[in-house]
Amino acid sequence: MNNEQIESIVKAVMAQLAASGESADPAQVVQAVQTTAAADTSSFAEIEDIADPQVKHRPLLENPADPDGLQRMLSKTPARIGVGKAGARLKTKTQLALRADHAAARDSVFADVDEALLQEMNLFAVQTCCHDRNEHLTRPDLGRKFDDKTAAEIKAHCTANPDVQFIVSDGLSSKAIEANIKNVLPAVMDGVKALGYSVGTPFFVKFGRVGSMDHAGELLGSKVTCILIGERPGLGTAESMSAYITYGSKVGMSESLRTVVSNIHSGGITPVEAGAYLAEVIDLIMKNKASGVNLKK
Amino acid sequence: MNNEILSVGIDIGTSTTQVIFSKISMENTAGFFSVPHISIVDKEVIYKSDIYITPLINSYLIDGDKVRDIVEGEFRKAGFTPADTQTGAVIITGESARKENSAVVLKKLSSFAGEFVVSTAGPDLESVIAGKGSGAQSYSEDNACVAVNLDIGGGTTNIVVFDCGKVVGKGCLDIGGRLLKLDKSYTVSYVSPTARKISDKLSLGLEEGRTTNEQALASLCAEMVNLTEQALGIYEKSPLAESVVTKGSTPLEIKKPIRAVCFSGGVADCIYHSDREPLAYGDIGVHLGKAFRQGRLYSDFHLIKAKETIRATVVGAGTYTTSISGSTIAYSEHILPIKNAPVLRLEHSEQQKLFEGDVDFLKQKLAWFMEQSDTRRIVLSFEGERNPSYLATRRCANCIGTALDAMLDAGEPMLIITECDIAKALGQAIKLEFGEKRDIICVDSISVEDGDFVDLGKPLMDGLVIPVVVKTLIFG
Repeated sequence: MNNEQIESIVKAVMAQLAASGESADPAQVVQAVQTTAAADTSSFAEIEDIADPQVKHRPLLENPADPDGLQRMLSKTPARIGVGKAGARLKTKTQLALRADHAAARDSVFADVDEALLQEMNLFAVQTCCHDRNEHLTRPDLGRKFDDKTAAEIKAHCTANPDVQFIVSDGLSSKAIEANIKNVLPAVMDGVKALGYSVGTPFFVKFGRVGSMDHAGELLGSKVTCILIGERPGLGTAESMSAYITYGSKVGMSESLRTVVSNIHSGGITPVEAGAYLAEVIDLIMKNKASGVNLKK
Repeated sequence: MNNEILSVGIDIGTSTTQVIFSKISMENTAGFFSVPHISIVDKEVIYKSDIYITPLINSYLIDGDKVRDIVEGEFRKAGFTPADTQTGAVIITGESARKENSAVVLKKLSSFAGEFVVSTAGPDLESVIAGKGSGAQSYSEDNACVAVNLDIGGGTTNIVVFDCGKVVGKGCLDIGGRLLKLDKSYTVSYVSPTARKISDKLSLGLEEGRTTNEQALASLCAEMVNLTEQALGIYEKSPLAESVVTKGSTPLEIKKPIRAVCFSGGVADCIYHSDREPLAYGDIGVHLGKAFRQGRLYSDFHLIKAKETIRATVVGAGTYTTSISGSTIAYSEHILPIKNAPVLRLEHSEQQKLFEGDVDFLKQKLAWFMEQSDTRRIVLSFEGERNPSYLATRRCANCIGTALDAMLDAGEPMLIITECDIAKALGQAIKLEFGEKRDIICVDSISVEDGDFVDLGKPLMDGLVIPVVVKTLIFG
């Protein structure tokens, strides 16, 4: 609200007051209104984001014996330590932060990946046999396969028989994809190309499970298939992404044949560095023609 | 997996020369599903040599041949050959660290240098190394407190202050057990400049060739202890305190109150044990030890029992000089090892320019550095960003690559060190554009400062990491 607006409101009020016969000094009223308005905005500014990691790292414990020691412990873990208590229970602030984190986790499961991001990344989108989010959560089997129409679409859009096929999928956290994919996918694709491998057409799988990579790999005949997929969110972070990589994908292949790199997010292995590392892992898998437990490290 | 390396430490000091061997164990401490994270998990001293009097030709020049004989003999006794050692350090300390001496020692020891043994000196570095070897650093880390280590040798007292295991202050004073030499009949044979200053101030009449007495020695040592305590902020500083600061050392600053004190070096044994015979070593070491025991450093703080006293420096040199890089890095193996590469460190604001792609800025900076330090080889170092975008990384890589390629001589590799874990991404991005023209080494998780020199060793742990030694001073 700017001064002119305030003044016009005050004038209107004054006019009403004058009409009702009471008197007041207009300048005093303007000042009173301005002071109140200023006080209001400052109290708004003091409301902090309780989900902010920096806010969470402020100890709530009153009168710690060793404040520096507590700060050092806090700097070493994202866990909720040094939170104090109110009687037998958590403090309101801790309770609210927990609920905020839980809400963020739920949101990242139930939200869809932003379409604009997929367009920007030049990823065409397909959907597994799941029809909606609920089915995706309750029927993991359907999240691992595509119907015939979708299979044909994948085949039509993608280069066949590449050395490496990349797939991006929402999995259990759309937020993880939104937070990381822009920095992981180009990094790993450039890295793999620089090593001299051919890279297939990357695409996005909605309502995907890890196993959808097997069907996709089988359809496209890729030697190595790599799916970048959102991890089940926890209360620590909702933005963690994993990469599962297999050699010679086949529907029904053993889970133990997947090589996995997890914990890709800004607080874990950072996206850009993860991309560079994945390129090297894929190189190793190509050279050994094996993945998962068959890949002797 | 080759998860153990053998490290040798050779300490050539003003009064003694020692050799130790230690085993450094590494492990991948990350979970199976994570990116590997290699850490040093154990350091164990497996062989300690006898303590030799440093052989001299005259009063200050080291006898290189005799030093060589000592080292050769100790390698034989320990059952190792130079080829067995993967890392280590020769540290030349105190007054021995003068240029002509260092040159002699290095030349004579070159055949023992193994693959990756580095030579190093400088009063500051010596302080830090001794503080690590004595156990003061790990005490400070384990107990989350401010701990100071005083390594009191023949010629100097090296001081280092740790806070939670991190170096927060260092310095060196010309105070030690051999500042005055005398025989059993109290006839003085040598008076160092510092001892002379104190003698003049207190009118102790210490002169070469003249005899002295217990009282004068006690006064001399009490004043030396007092000057040390002044340097540590226990007493107000006197004008004399400034004049005993070793040339070329950093001024010592005490920012937080000291909680614990540790003594190492030859004199430390005379502090911890009161049963030494005076004049046993033909110097004032025993007197100085007694004076320290009577001082406030000994009584007012928690006293840490040193793990090593006279061997603190050599153990520190052999065990703590090598660090390992981050576990996601990029390098061209065939050009390793690289020794004595000077560091150009960029400030935070300058690093921003790299991420913005300011090639001209970096070129000018490189040209300035090459002219200043007369070098053709450069390690470019900056902190890095914790979580950069891929575009920013590419921009930074292009900037570094373009500038280095333009400024370096043909065939010179591009060497980059960062603190943040970005080396693999940055290195790969540089390789993408410049990989065919030049070799590239890009490592992270290493902290270096402007003016440091860096040695990069051959890869360890199946090529996941490379050993790195950061030095403040080199010779040659």
